Amino acid sequence: MSSRAEILELLRENARQTPEDLARQTGLDVSEVEATIDALESEGVIRGYQAVVDWDAVDLDDEQERVRAMVELNVTLDREVRYDDISDRIAKFPEVQSLRLVSGDFDFALTVEGDSMREVSRFVSDKVATIPEITQTVTHYIMESYKEQGVEFGDGHDDDRLSISP
Amino acid sequence: MKPSERVQQVPPSGIRRFFELAEEYDDIISLGVGEPDFSAPWAARDAAIASLEQGKTSYTANRGKRDLRRAISVHVAQKYGLDYTADEEILVTTGASEGLDLAFRALVDPGDTVAVTQPSYVSYVPDVIFAGGEPLPVPTREADNFKLTPEVLEDAGADEADVLVMCYPNNPTGATMTGDELEPVAEFAKEHDLTVFSDEAYAALTYEHEHTSIATLDGMRERTVVFNGFSKAYAMTGLRLGYALAPEEAITAMNRIHQYTMLSAPTTPQYAAIEALRSCDDDVVEMRKQYDRRRKFVLTRFGEMGIDCFPASGAFYAFPECPWDDSEAFAEALIEDQRVALVPGTAFGEGGDGHLRVSYATGLDELKEAMDRLEAFLE
Repeated sequence: MSSRAEILELLRENARQTPEDLARQTGLDVSEVEATIDALESEGVIRGYQAVVDWDAVDLDDEQERVRAMVELNVTLDREVRYDDISDRIAKFPEVQSLRLVSGDFDFALTVEGDSMREVSRFVSDKVATIPEITQTVTHYIMESYKEQGVEFGDGHDDDRLSISP
Repeated sequence: MKPSERVQQVPPSGIRRFFELAEEYDDIISLGVGEPDFSAPWAARDAAIASLEQGKTSYTANRGKRDLRRAISVHVAQKYGLDYTADEEILVTTGASEGLDLAFRALVDPGDTVAVTQPSYVSYVPDVIFAGGEPLPVPTREADNFKLTPEVLEDAGADEADVLVMCYPNNPTGATMTGDELEPVAEFAKEHDLTVFSDEAYAALTYEHEHTSIATLDGMRERTVVFNGFSKAYAMTGLRLGYALAPEEAITAMNRIHQYTMLSAPTTPQYAAIEALRSCDDDVVEMRKQYDRRRKFVLTRFGEMGIDCFPASGAFYAFPECPWDDSEAFAEALIEDQRVALVPGTAFGEGGDGHLRVSYATGLDELKEAMDRLEAFLE
């Protein structure tokens, strides 16, 4: 595996690792690690670093509850309007967390986040469904999340091994 | 009831004391664990569950399920170039440990000398004694990166031995041996007519070169018993499943004892093992990758702390020099002071003194913390 691929993989597992710790695991110099990360960022391979949040575990006194929905969109295209033109319009809304063109029964899959179901519904009906090329929307509210970004939200795996063994 | 003299000859495991000490604290980070921190691949566990749902709870053939033996036969041929027939030359055992015990009892006569490469896994010497043999320690040297050489064999008097026990990749040192390095050991074994018991439980976990089994070297197959299993490669330690590979007469002799004492290896793990061999190669690759990162991390940290450590290249152990003369006192103080547990080299026989076994079968976050604590302790 190239050092670039390895750094990327390590950061995808845990983006908060220091360049020193990344260097220790890969056998690279710290300066090489830093240069690799700089390159990955400036080339747009790495677009950001975010926390993986289990909203069910959030204390509602401290944090506003978030309502999330997956929305399926169908569109019609013509000579003047391509997928990119539609995606540009939708992606600009801050309520939209992700937007993907997919194969199958519908065209776009987006996830929307808001403070309440009412807000999310409003957003879909007022801002998304009104785009002329969109012919249909189906909204699925997320009721429970079990795994995000590869991280399972269960109680975790207890290490029940003997503390010392041969 | 009075324990037999045979049992009285064998002291309790040296690891026991540190286990009890470590158990006194609940905030301990343990680098003393001799098994993977991963769980068995889900596909293997799922196959075990499915076998239970289907009511597969009876004995299997003494030698193990035939489809498992066939899968093992294909696997060891593809991975290591080992050529053993499923019906005559493979015995499925309750962990590689049972296989070793069977081999000692089936192939060693009272009074036979068994040369045991050390430092080594804690079971070999007691196994030899239980079988009535005479253990002969063969200490390897740090200067040789704990590899076995004709010189150390000669020095220990192993030319007079009947059996040689070796384990590469090695527990506790993390040493490995290449085919070229095994060649002179094979020559020594042939010259002095030694039977070789080669414990290759960690064969899947090498980081600098591919594993070579000594049984694949010229003229070695007929004098070697190879032990391997599912514990280390597939993180299935608690399922207790291993296998022995040897010429027909050896397997028949071992099976004579196995059929009376064990009847058959446990059934459920055999289903897990079939699935592990069928579909879990990627899991092994992934686990090995994680171990390799931790290995590099630990070795680099030792270097930063000024702890001398030879470049361990297999299993999931590093075997650094102990900063104090007394490795047992060091290990004890480290537990009490910093709540980091590891095992002093003295637990693994001759040649282990002055060293520490550091297991990196622990998540990276804990490993980082443990290394920071070790550093604080040294300051």
